[in-house]
Amino acid sequence: MDQIITAVVAVVGVPLVLLGYIIGGEQVIERLPGRLQNWMRPYFWALPAVGFATIFMVYPMARTVLISLRNRTDSDWAHGAWGIFSNYNYFFTFPDTLHALRNSVAWLIFYTFFAVGLGLVIAILVDRVRYESLAKIAIFLPVPISAVAASIIWKFMFDYQPPGTTQTGTLNAILGIFHRDPTPWLIDEPVINNAALIFVGVWTAVGFSMVIISASLKAISSEVLEAARIDGANEFQIVRLVVTPLLWPTITVVGTTMLINALKTFDIVYVMTNGAYDTDVIATRMFSQMSVAQYGRAAAVGVVLFIAIVPLLIVNIRRFQQQEEQR
Amino acid sequence: MSAEQVTTRRESGVARGVSFLDNLGYRLQRLPLHLVIIILCAIWVVPTLGMIINSFRSIDDMNNAGWWTTLFPPHGFTLASYQQVLAIEEVPTSILYSVLITIPATVIQLTIATMGAYAFAWMRFPGRNLFFIVIVGLMVVPIQMTLIPVLQIFKFIGVNGTIVSVWLAHSGYGLPFEVFLLRNYLGGLPREIFESAEVDGAGHAVRFLRIAVPMTIPAIASLVIFVFLGIWNDLLVALAFLGTSLYRPFTVVITGLVTSQGGGWQYLTAAAVLQMALPLAVFIFLQRYFVRGITSGSVKG
Repeated sequence: MDQIITAVVAVVGVPLVLLGYIIGGEQVIERLPGRLQNWMRPYFWALPAVGFATIFMVYPMARTVLISLRNRTDSDWAHGAWGIFSNYNYFFTFPDTLHALRNSVAWLIFYTFFAVGLGLVIAILVDRVRYESLAKIAIFLPVPISAVAASIIWKFMFDYQPPGTTQTGTLNAILGIFHRDPTPWLIDEPVINNAALIFVGVWTAVGFSMVIISASLKAISSEVLEAARIDGANEFQIVRLVVTPLLWPTITVVGTTMLINALKTFDIVYVMTNGAYDTDVIATRMFSQMSVAQYGRAAAVGVVLFIAIVPLLIVNIRRFQQQEEQR
Repeated sequence: MSAEQVTTRRESGVARGVSFLDNLGYRLQRLPLHLVIIILCAIWVVPTLGMIINSFRSIDDMNNAGWWTTLFPPHGFTLASYQQVLAIEEVPTSILYSVLITIPATVIQLTIATMGAYAFAWMRFPGRNLFFIVIVGLMVVPIQMTLIPVLQIFKFIGVNGTIVSVWLAHSGYGLPFEVFLLRNYLGGLPREIFESAEVDGAGHAVRFLRIAVPMTIPAIASLVIFVFLGIWNDLLVALAFLGTSLYRPFTVVITGLVTSQGGGWQYLTAAAVLQMALPLAVFIFLQRYFVRGITSGSVKG
C-alpha cells in the first residue's frame, strides 16, 4: 500500500516539481541583469538532465575504472589495497572469462551478420508480394516480447528428452520425423548451445532491422530500378548491384546497433542457461562476479566490455556530427 | 465488321492464351519466393503460438506430448497453469510492483528529458556541443559499466532495495537517448513560431510550456510507449538493484522461478504469457506509434 502511495506521489509530484522549478527559476532569472541572465539560463534548463546523466552514468563510469584497479573485492580502502591490473590479469588468464570473451566474439560476428542479413533479405523478399504487411507483422512479433518471455518460448522449442522417449520440444520432434536422434540443444557445448542462444537473439532482433531496412527500401525511387531493368539487369543483379549499395548507409546504421546489442547481450543467456555449459558472455560474467561481491573483478569485466564498445561509440558520434553539418 | 474485327478477336484470343501460359510460368517462378516467405514467417510465429497453446494445457499433457497434439481432439484445454502461477504469492505482487516501477520511471525520465532537450534545441551556451556529444556517446555505454558505483550511491542515500532506486536508475540510463531524440524533434520545429512568441514578450517558461511541449506530443507519445515497454521488459536493472529485495518486478520473479524450478518449469508458460500480454497488446493496438518509436531512434538521414 505504501508503495502505491509513493508511486502516485511520484507520478504527480515529479512533473509538478519540475513545473515549479521552471516557473520559479525563470522568475528569479528574469530579474537578473541581462548578461548574467543569458549566461545562466541555459545551464538552469539543462541542469536536471545533465545532472542525472552525470550522477548515474559519467561519475559511475569513472568510479568503475577506479574500482577495477583495486583489489578483487574492492575492500579495505583504509590500507589502500590496490591491486593494479590484478583484476585484468584475472580477466585475461582465467578460462571462464576467456570463454566468455570467445562467446561474445561469436555473438558479435554471427548475431550481427544474421540479424542484419536476414533483415535485409526479408525486407527485399516481402517487398515483392501482396501480403507484405501481414508477413512483416509476423516477423516483427518477437520485438515487443521481453527477452525473458522469448527465453521461455525457446526453452520449449529446444526441450530435450532422452532418445527413445516422446519428444515434447518442437525441434527435437521435427528431428524425430526424419528419424534422427534428439539433440540436447542447450547442453551440447560449446558450438550447438551457443549457436542456439545466438539464434534466439537473432529471432528477437530481425524484426527490428527488417522494419528499418524496409523503410529505406521504399525510399528508393522506382525509376532507378526501371532503368536497371531496361538495361537488361535481372532481379538478382538489381538487388546486388543497385539496391544493396543504395541501402548501404542504412545497413551500416543497423549493423552498428546490432554490434552494440551483441556486446550487451545479457537477458537471453541469463534466463536460458545462466552461463552453464560454457555459454557465458562478457555481460553475464560481469553480473555473476558482481552478485558474489567480487566488485574489483566485476568492474574490470565491465571496463573490458566498455572498451569493446568504444569504437562503435566513436562511429556513432562521427555520424551524429555529419548529420549536424547537414542540418 | 469483318476481317479486321475477326483478326483482332483471334489475336486477342491468342494473346490471352499466351498471357495465361506466361502468367502460369510467372506464378510458378514465384512459387519459391512465396515458400521462403511463408517458412520464415512460420519460424517467427510458431514458437510463440506453441507456448501460448502450452499455457492452456495441463502439466501432465505438457510432459507427455508436444503442444501440437492439442490441435486435435481431445484438446484438454485448462487454466490450471494460470491458477498455479497466480497462486504463488510473489507472482501477483510482482505484477503490481512492475506497474509501480514502470509508470513513475517513465514519467520521471520523460519530463526531465523534455526540459533538457528544449535547452539543447533552443538555447545557445558555451559547451553545448560538447555536452551533447557526451550525451550521444552515453547512449551506447553498457550499463554494466555503472552498476557497482550506482549501487554504492543507493546505499549511501539509503534507497537501496526500494522501488525509488530503480526509478532513479532507469531515469539515468534512459535520459541520453530521450534527450537526443526529443532535441532532434524540437530542433526541427519552425523557428518563426518561437521568434514571434519572443517578440510578443513570452519568456522561455511560456514558450516551453505553451509551444514546445504541445507541439512535441507526437514524439513524446511514441517515446512513452517505447520507454514504458523497455522498463516493463527490463531484467538487468531490476536484477541488479532489486534482485534480493521484496519489490522484485515480474521479469525477475519469472526468471527466478525458471532457474529454481528445474524440471517443473513448464507451467511458467502462463507467467510468460501474462508478462508478454501487455507488450503484445500495445504492439497490436498502437502499431504505428510503436514502430515509429523504434525506427526514429536509430536512423536519421
